[in-house]
Amino acid sequence: MQAYLAEYLPILIFLAIAVGLAVVIVAASLLVARQRPDTEKLSAYECGFEPFDDTRGRFDVRFYLVAILFIIFDLEVAFLFPWAVALGDIGLLGFWSMMLFLGVLTVGFVYEWKKGALEWE
Amino acid sequence: MAEVLYVAQTVVIVLLIVVPLLLGVAYLTYAERKVIGAMQLRQGPMTVGPWGLLQPLADGLKLFLKETVVPSGANRGIFILAPMVTFILALIGWAVIPFGDGLVLADINVGVLYLFAISSLGVYGIIMAGWASNSRYAFLGALRSSAQMVSYEISIGLIIISVLLTAGSLNLSAIVRAQEGLWFVIPHFPMFMLFLASMLAETNRHPFDLPEDEASLVTGYNVEYSSMAFALFFLGEYANMILMAAICSILFLGGWLAPFGFVPFTWIPGPIWFILKICAVLFIFIWARATLPRYRYDQLMRLGWKVFLPLSLLWVVVTSGVLVAFDLLPR
Amino acid sequence: MSLELFVFYVLAGVAVGAAAMVISSRNPVHSVLFLILTFFNAAGLFVLIGAEFLGMVLVVVYVGAVAVLFMFVVMMLDINFVRMREGMLQYLPVGALVGLILLVELGLVFGTWALVEDVTPAFPAPAPDQVPNTRALGQLLYTDYIYLFQAAGVILLVAIIGAITLTLRERKGVLRQDIGRQVARDRAATVELRKVKVGSGIQ
Repeated sequence: MQAYLAEYLPILIFLAIAVGLAVVIVAASLLVARQRPDTEKLSAYECGFEPFDDTRGRFDVRFYLVAILFIIFDLEVAFLFPWAVALGDIGLLGFWSMMLFLGVLTVGFVYEWKKGALEWE
Repeated sequence: MAEVLYVAQTVVIVLLIVVPLLLGVAYLTYAERKVIGAMQLRQGPMTVGPWGLLQPLADGLKLFLKETVVPSGANRGIFILAPMVTFILALIGWAVIPFGDGLVLADINVGVLYLFAISSLGVYGIIMAGWASNSRYAFLGALRSSAQMVSYEISIGLIIISVLLTAGSLNLSAIVRAQEGLWFVIPHFPMFMLFLASMLAETNRHPFDLPEDEASLVTGYNVEYSSMAFALFFLGEYANMILMAAICSILFLGGWLAPFGFVPFTWIPGPIWFILKICAVLFIFIWARATLPRYRYDQLMRLGWKVFLPLSLLWVVVTSGVLVAFDLLPR
Repeated sequence: MSLELFVFYVLAGVAVGAAAMVISSRNPVHSVLFLILTFFNAAGLFVLIGAEFLGMVLVVVYVGAVAVLFMFVVMMLDINFVRMREGMLQYLPVGALVGLILLVELGLVFGTWALVEDVTPAFPAPAPDQVPNTRALGQLLYTDYIYLFQAAGVILLVAIIGAITLTLRERKGVLRQDIGRQVARDRAATVELRKVKVGSGIQ
């Protein structure tokens, strides 16, 4: 257990250094460079007119669909990881078990394709 | 006392990784401009220093001395946090990369999964930047970019699975050692090609750089950024490219292994081979940028979902089937 | 205090604090960001007890996928706090009821938990030093728990169909690219050559 956790400690230290570096870079530039804000400089980039409302409006529902489908296929990939590593130990039953699982999801994928959920226009 | 020594030693090793990496990023931008220049019969940067060699340092210094503009409509905290997230994520992936036999900072059992997790977090820097800027172009760029990265994430996952089937371990050093006889690029050649393309899409590079499309989105999610906040995005993006190239050479090109296991090749130490392979993959990144026209967004999504996903899934099934049928599985 | 214990308290403390911020912060985007922080700390806790695969998958699936969807939803909200307050009173009784039921259930769980010294857990976890965690999981999941695994597949299928029926709508008047049709077009079907007399047009 100790040996196993010891492998993760460097990651923690690495993370701390990376965070520190990012903060230092931004802060140092803030301190060194001359800051002279004015309203024109601070307004959002637009072409030729003042932005008159908040920009966080609605967007195409397809982006949600992509996000949901991504979750599903990401889970599929997550299920594949231990299978790929342990396939040598679990024999034919394990192999066909996963094939059935993938088959079920392929049905879903074909449905998605036929329904046109993967089309962008 | 032993603990303090251990921590100090780790800090030194981390700096030994990070500092050359950041220098590498700086000179990657130089290499990019020089290579593209050569491909277009130009010279590239020539003014600062001999052959323009000091150009990246001059660029860095210029960015450092600029004012950090935070737009008035922006959400200050998240606006500043976003580039930091991109930068940090691009760095910490390097903690598990094996540079040579035993030359690895954190030799965790689930190295591949760790890298997969880190790369799946990459969208956050972009989404946060796009949302916090409160600017139309930034918002649109962030949306496009996150949908794109997410789509290609799946095919990258499936490609990794086929490699894992032949390697039999999630540990990166073990994956490299499994390639001692034969690099995986040979049995998995189609997946290698898919990985190269997915890699370009995942890092938002040409020809899949729609989120940063100058013509339609004025560079997308980072329009509102200036000074070091912008530089962090830039550094993060290029560090990510190098990380992706490193992953590619570990998964397919035998990591630190010499191309042939006999004498003139084995004289050269492993880390040198590894760096050479990374440079070769990075050259492909730049080459693609110089030669390929940009995709349209619907074409991009179709390629990801309708071509890459089924192909890589099929390859997983075929590989596992062959391995099980001929009893070739690694134990 | 050993380093392991120290890390545990930091991770657990941040997780609880961030979880409290999820429900108390005013801006929904901040809520999602705190939720992500909570997930991270939970992943750290998993790694700490030796479940490294679960820790990583928690990051991949929850932070990398589920929270992205939350972000998408929250980002497009027109944040109107007045309207949100109005709704609150309406949903308060139902919410309070659900909360009460959860509280009672939690109480039952803790009430029946006998605090015995050195109790052996019912399912001893394999030590990560002997078999890598992921491999141990793979050896069980696809054979011993095959029905549950297949059930997970069916649930994912239902999720695909549900997501598509809920969000997919056909829009009229959009131009779609159909590569097959483009390639199949031939000259005869699209171009026609006609002689046009001077001074007259073509109908």
